[in-house]
Amino acid sequence: MRIKATATALLCMASLMGTTASADPARQAMLVNTCVACHGEAGNSVGPAIPTLAGLSPNYLMGAMLAYKYPDADELEAVIDADLAFEDVEAFNRYGTIMNRLASGYTDEEIKMIAAYFSEQEMQRPEQAFDSAQAKKGKKLHAKYCEKCHEDEGREADDDTGVLAGQWAPYFLYSMADFSNGDRDMPKKMKIKLQEIQDSVGHAGFEQLANYYASITD
Amino acid sequence: MKKLNRRDFIKYGSGTVAAGAITLGAPNIALGSTKKVVVVGGGAGGAIAAKYIKKADSSIDVTLIETNKEYYTCFMSNEVLGGDRDISTIRHGYEGLKKHGINVVHAKATGVDHDSKKVVTDAGDNFAYDRLVLSPGVSLKYGVIEGYDEAAAEIMPHAWKAGPQTSLLRKQLVEMKDGGTVIIAPPGNPFRCPPGPYERTCQIAHYLKHNKPKSKILVIDAKDKFSKQGLFTQGWKARYDGMIDWVPAADTGGGVTSVNAAEMTVSTDFDDIQGDVINIIPPQHAGHIAHVAGVTDDSGWCPVDLGTFESKIHAGVYVIGDASAAKGMPKSGYAANSQGKICATAVIASLNDIEMTDPSYVNTCYSLIAPDYGISVAAVYRLAEDRSKIAKVAGGLTPSDASKEALQREVQYAYSWYDNIVADMFT
Repeated sequence: MRIKATATALLCMASLMGTTASADPARQAMLVNTCVACHGEAGNSVGPAIPTLAGLSPNYLMGAMLAYKYPDADELEAVIDADLAFEDVEAFNRYGTIMNRLASGYTDEEIKMIAAYFSEQEMQRPEQAFDSAQAKKGKKLHAKYCEKCHEDEGREADDDTGVLAGQWAPYFLYSMADFSNGDRDMPKKMKIKLQEIQDSVGHAGFEQLANYYASITD
Repeated sequence: MKKLNRRDFIKYGSGTVAAGAITLGAPNIALGSTKKVVVVGGGAGGAIAAKYIKKADSSIDVTLIETNKEYYTCFMSNEVLGGDRDISTIRHGYEGLKKHGINVVHAKATGVDHDSKKVVTDAGDNFAYDRLVLSPGVSLKYGVIEGYDEAAAEIMPHAWKAGPQTSLLRKQLVEMKDGGTVIIAPPGNPFRCPPGPYERTCQIAHYLKHNKPKSKILVIDAKDKFSKQGLFTQGWKARYDGMIDWVPAADTGGGVTSVNAAEMTVSTDFDDIQGDVINIIPPQHAGHIAHVAGVTDDSGWCPVDLGTFESKIHAGVYVIGDASAAKGMPKSGYAANSQGKICATAVIASLNDIEMTDPSYVNTCYSLIAPDYGISVAAVYRLAEDRSKIAKVAGGLTPSDASKEALQREVQYAYSWYDNIVADMFT
């Protein structure tokens, strides 16, 4: 009886460990150390194109890594459905140049630890070159088409959207190119908004938005 | 005497996460027996090991011994040869590391006394250590190619250590006449930066194409195949068709066997070939201090435990980067970075007598074929269960059918890779 109780307690502990991503900080440090030489200290990239990871939501980060790791949409869905820790992860197929080659080197548990770490870091918004006139137009586009989901001028991460304000502009433009040509999936609402932007101002709208988000440094 | 809290280390581990997380109850001086780590070599491995040890445990007295006050990264130095990058942009100083509290000593480490645990420098100073990290990179083996010695390297630069040699080779390219022949002679395996000679071929071709289009590049290889070969060959054809002639070892009986610097000729078993600019990349082995310290084996490299990078010959001495025989990983800057962090964690675990966490390794390596044409190889590794090799678990090359857009992105990511890895090392 007593042995059984202990075993149950151990099992409970084990399952707790499984859902607490930072249960092993030494292991977590070891893992994120492999990321930061490219993505910058604490996930704040010094640019000019590799994205900053600091301050993104854990669900966003897990979704990105899982999408790179499981390029097959059915498998991705099955993985997400099978794990409570991925309950709020919305994974969309994602195009990569190099992360699609690296992500499968990490277990799902490791992906949780990596996501937890970067989500806990504060995003630093770097000084980027931008065109003021373009940024001004971008600001209006953002308010009209993007702000509803990417709140606080694109700063908000807690809603699991991508942080736009202060992200590196080349990366933003690569992402928009991928969304537009179908290399990266997105929520239905976003697809509609993107189409509306393209219909009203064409591709120039993405440049304007890129300048606007690059102009935000606070 | 305040002892380091064992649980703090178990709790926080080392490295990025631990930065700022560990606060010790007493300043260094109050510890009585401050633990000392000496790192020799302030490059891609050593700068990282020193910084990550200090960041994780500021109570450790970390000394970095590096000959040069300014460090030129080998990575991106080929772009200097191509003319698109100024050499000043690959030059970095050690102020950032000093700000972390690392004692940076600019001297040449000339000896290691394992019994008294001291490193000796050419300035006559001694540095005591509890753990020693060697990250000396490579030494060039002069004399293996007959006639290729240090004097010949001033006429036929190797440019395999960035800095004045890079500038010399660049100057020779600029001064060369249109219609000249550039000879590049890459070494056999293993050597520093396996794709380097072939990226260099691209960068020199890029310069010649736009400035001296009648010129040719002759690559006389000591190997029959090379890193990213399919992608490079594809890039040469796409961008520099007819300009580059790569000759495998099989066609020359093994590549360049001797040089005559006065005559500007290189010789293979079959031929003597004249060049206008000659770049000899000689065979290499572990950096000099590794030999002096007795941590090399017959291969000329340093056998290490692949999970900690502790020498298999001398306990308490760690060897990282190009000098180590890191079976499974290439001799690259990112590999050295990854190894430096694992080594830092292992050194701290060892000093505090706690268990080392499982290592995780990454390599990413970009090559620039042209200003809008980048390729890469990347991998994640784990330690094999029997610790016999660092086993690749994921990764691969740029796909051969990558779009123009993807190849352009890889250039921008290569620049980002550079800026971030340099920031990791020096800030």
